[in-house]
This record gives sequence, C-alpha cells and structure tokens, in this order.
Amino acid sequence: MELLSGSQAVSTAVKLANVDVISAYPITPQTSIIEELAKMCATGELDATYINVESEHSAMAGIIGASVAGARTFTATASQGLALMHEVLHWAANGRLPIVMAVVNRALGPGWNIWTDQTDTLSQRDTGWIQLYCTNAQEVLDSTLMAYPLSERCNLPVMVVLDAYLLSHTYEPVDVPSQKDVDNYMALTYERPFGIDFDNPYSVFQLAMPAEYAALRKKQQKDFELAYSHYVGEAISFRNIFGRYWPELSGCGYTANYKAKNVLITTGTISSTAKALLTDYKRDVQLVNLKLLRPFPAKSLREAIRGAERAIVVDRNLSPGLGGIWAQEVRAALSGLPVHTYSYIAGIGGTDVTEDDLDKIIYDALHHEPKYYPTFVEDI
Amino acid sequence: MSLISKGHIACQGCAALSTANLILEELGPRTVAVIPACCLSVCNGPYPSAAFKIPVVNCAFETAAITAAGVRAGLDRKKEEANVLVLAGDGGTYDIGLQALSGAAERNDDIIYVCYDNEAYMNTGIQRSSSTPYGAHTMTTPGDGYKREFKKDLVGILKAHDVPYIATATIAKPGDFRKKVKRAKEIKGFRFILAFTPCPTGWKFDPKYSIKMAKLAVKSGLFPLREIVWGEETVKEIKTKDSKADFKEYLKLQGRFKHLSEKEINNFYRAYKNFDWKF
Repeated sequence: MELLSGSQAVSTAVKLANVDVISAYPITPQTSIIEELAKMCATGELDATYINVESEHSAMAGIIGASVAGARTFTATASQGLALMHEVLHWAANGRLPIVMAVVNRALGPGWNIWTDQTDTLSQRDTGWIQLYCTNAQEVLDSTLMAYPLSERCNLPVMVVLDAYLLSHTYEPVDVPSQKDVDNYMALTYERPFGIDFDNPYSVFQLAMPAEYAALRKKQQKDFELAYSHYVGEAISFRNIFGRYWPELSGCGYTANYKAKNVLITTGTISSTAKALLTDYKRDVQLVNLKLLRPFPAKSLREAIRGAERAIVVDRNLSPGLGGIWAQEVRAALSGLPVHTYSYIAGIGGTDVTEDDLDKIIYDALHHEPKYYPTFVEDI
Repeated sequence: MSLISKGHIACQGCAALSTANLILEELGPRTVAVIPACCLSVCNGPYPSAAFKIPVVNCAFETAAITAAGVRAGLDRKKEEANVLVLAGDGGTYDIGLQALSGAAERNDDIIYVCYDNEAYMNTGIQRSSSTPYGAHTMTTPGDGYKREFKKDLVGILKAHDVPYIATATIAKPGDFRKKVKRAKEIKGFRFILAFTPCPTGWKFDPKYSIKMAKLAVKSGLFPLREIVWGEETVKEIKTKDSKADFKEYLKLQGRFKHLSEKEINNFYRAYKNFDWKF
C-alpha cells in the first residue's frame, strides 16, 4: 500500500499504462495530475511525449491527432476546461478514437468555484464518451487502468471521473499494482481500424453525406451497447488479476438474495458516505452506486431495483429547470416498473454531504409522496 | 506526379486546389495533410471517396495547427518519417485558428502550415474574415457596409513568434513557390507559408483570370512575395513604381470591389502605398 491522492492515483495509472502522448492545459484542481506526469516525462520515468498546449480545446485536439497516428494518449481537465473542450469531445467520439481522459469534477462559473460538482461531466453526457465515476482513490487508479483496454477494444473514448478535493486531493492507502501485472493485464492488444497509412492512403473524418453519416452514428450506438458487456467483462478480467472488483453497480446491502423496499442511488464520493451510513442502518434501505453514466447500466439497475418501492436519488449536479441529472437517467431506466423515483440535490458547488444529510434525505423520502421537481437537502 | 486525382469538387478556376497540388508535388507521397473545415475539406470529396492520394486527417475548424502537432507526435513515437502539412483557409488561420497556430509556432512544432488565403469565408458562402481586404463586399459586409478595415498582418504576427521559416507565395509564380516549399521541407520546426489564392466564386471574376489576379496582386504590392528565415527577411518581389495601373486593374476585374468610386480607389491606393511592411 502507498499513500496516494486521487490525482496521484491517476498519474500513477497513466504511467503504468505506458501512454505515448500526453497533451494538457492546467486548471484547478486537475493541475497536480498533469504536473506529476510532466515530471515523470522529464525524468524519463515515463517515456512519453508531453505537449504543453495553450488551451483545453487544443489539449483534446492534440491527442486526437496523436491517436489517429496510433499513439496511446491521455489528458486531464475539469469544469470550464471540459466545457471548452466540448466540440472536440464530439470529434474524438464520432472519430472513434480510444482516448482516455481524467476529469476532476468541479463547479462551473460564475461564480468562480473550484469545488466539486458533477454538472461539468454530466453535461457532456451526449458527446459519445464512456464515463466511469469513482468513489475512492483506489477505484480511480483501477478505473484509469481499465479505461485503456476498454477504449481500445470498443474504439470509444473514456472519461474517468473523480470528485474535486474529496478525491483529487485526499490521500488514501492505495494498492499500486506492479508493472509486470499491468503489462500482463494489458497484454491483449486491439488493432486500430484506421490510422495513417502511406502505402494505402485514405482520408479520415471527411465529408459524410446523410446516409453514410447516419450509418456511422448507428454503428456508434450498437458499439455502445456492446461496450456495456465489454465493461462488465473488463471488470471481471481486472478482478481476476488484481483481486479488486468495480462492477457497473455496487453498494451495500445490494445482493441478489436481499431486496430492500427502499434504494438509495448515489455516485462518486457521496456513495462512500452512503456506504458508511447504511452499514448496520436502522431502516430498510440498500445502496446502489452507479459507476457508469454511458453506457447507462439500465438493465442491471432494473434488476437491482425490482421489488423496491422507492428509488431515492441524490444528485451533486443540477440541470436547471429539471433538477438532478442522475435522477432523470434513473427515471428513464426504471420506466414501467412500479417504483417511485425521489430526487434530492445535495453538495452543489462543493458543499458537504454528510451522513446526517443522507439520513435526512431517506427520512424525507420515506414520509412523503414523490415530487416532480427535486428537493434541495437544505430545505428538508 | 499529381497527388490530387480527378473528381475533386472544387469550383472552376480554384487557386486553392492548384496550390495544394503544387505543394504536394514538391512534398511527395510521404505527407499527411491535416485539413480543418475549409474549402479543401469539401474539395476532397465525400466519404468513402477522396481526391487526395495521401493520408488526410480532417479536423475541427480551429484545431489545424495542434492536430498536426499531435499527428507529428504520434508519428514520431512510431519513428515514422513524413511531412506533416496543414492546409487551412484564412478563416481557420487568421481568425478561429489563430490561438492554436500561435501555440504551435511558439512550441516550434515540426509541421508545415500552409494558409491558402482567399480573403473570406468562401466555403460557407463568402463572409468577411480578418484577411478580407479594405473595400471588399462580402455577404456580411454588403452594400455600403463594405469592409473598412485593412487585412490583418498575419506574417507580422508569425514573425514575432521567431519561427524557422515564413514565406508568402502564389501559383502565379510557380518557380518561386516550388523553391519555397523545397526550402521549407528541408527545415525542421515550425514552417509557415501564406499562399495567395484568388477565388472566382467569392471575388466575382471570370475563372480564367485566377492566375492573372495573383500576378496583379503581386505587381501592385497588395501581396508582396516574402521569405523570412529565422527572422532574416528577403523580399523577392514588391510593388513596382507604376503599380497604380496594376492596382486599379486588379480592383476593376473583381465584382467585390465594383461599388468603389474612383475617389475611394485612390484613397485605398494611397493607404496601401504608405503601408509599412516592416522590412
């Protein structure tokens, strides 16, 4: 075990994954990730090309170019930086490039706020990226490692998402795998379907007429459906080598045998807090932690929730005019099941979400009818 | 050998396509072209066909320079030797792509960046860019709203970045252009060529005059042919003493200037005559 911050967990995994090209632009609270990687490249600890770009937009565009040329790539960002990247996130995804990026969840301005809030990554929901959310530093390291074979197998870009400060700057004991084990885990390589070929030259990402464009997008959806099973498989291969398991759904009290009447659904570090609360909890509540935003684990969630009466979703994000974004995803996934979805907003802009807050939320849900609009935890 | 096949969908008399053709003839088949949103990205044709007989990477509008830098990094990791070439229009270079261009120039990324300058957003249907010259009509500077600002001094901006190689060229002077591409090819680091590419569709002139337009632009001093190696400037061709006749002919052959009165043309010429090229 080593004592690592979430940021260090990312950079350590990127080193172990032997990336070829890193292109990055600093933004709080992502900086320690890219500083550490710059240092590794400077000392030769990591044999990679590091491009210091002039914006996040260029950070993504740079690794898009490198990825087309066949390189294994990485970048990291947060908040405004991710928002600036939005256009090229689509380019990477529709271009079917196996790019991996770590995003430290941070609130969007104004007002300027550097603390955690998931609205930045959730508002990139439809860009065509696989998104993996993490609950602790170990999961951050492991998810970053899993992201590479997953993206290279599916030809889909992967975002590894971690909470600002609560994960990025909090030190936890982390089991750092050996290079040998990682090499073994990543031994299987996937041939790139396209690249730069001087002997048989062709154009990539060119003009596509309606029928061709529609066919490419349909293929992307079909591949996302497969990516869901690939993620499940990847989590199992990872467990077989490293003994740690990060399934698409996890939680405490969540077993095939026991079904609670009430399910608390959370993500990121709120799941860690919920886990602490729900261990030996006084009420009939089980926890479901969602790891994937896309592909959304609708099938597993429906199975997990079957028989429950209440799905209580806690969102550290906001889609103004609608409410919690995960709650909407859950509502859509549970459509047709006799379960009420409750939506609570907590922890916006880095405000604390304590065990007491979660306890209050559960009590409120158990004693009220569900509402269409969300309830803010401070209003309970 | 031409590396652009028949079947491209460029307009008749397109100087940008001839420019790309000349450059590729000099650089050869071990060249990757990075093309942002611009006329040439369309001229290449729709998927799955392509007129360019080299690898082409299309990229988002404002990302040509950095995408090329990324391609270079990726090829270098695989120890693949090749020219990494950008073919971008003036919109993607002077305007939306300027930030990424400055980044690549400052890092001295090992790419050849060619801006084919047709002095407006032609691909989207002739809108004003910061390269559009004084006096020109575009769809966004119509009627009496013709452009009152002068063309941005892009070469001056790049010169300030202290890069290994900068040149301006036009297919009206193919010998000079080829020499410049050859020289650029031999240098390592950031190389920039500004190619003047008259556009019959956007400038409203007869397609048979594309070469003539470029010649007049050089002779009148509107587009001097320059070469700057590590900041050392040589000028091959600059306006002649009696350039006013060429200047007037250049303007009068183009529909985009037809609204200018004799007085306005004289004012325009005086402004250019006094223009400091900062040699």
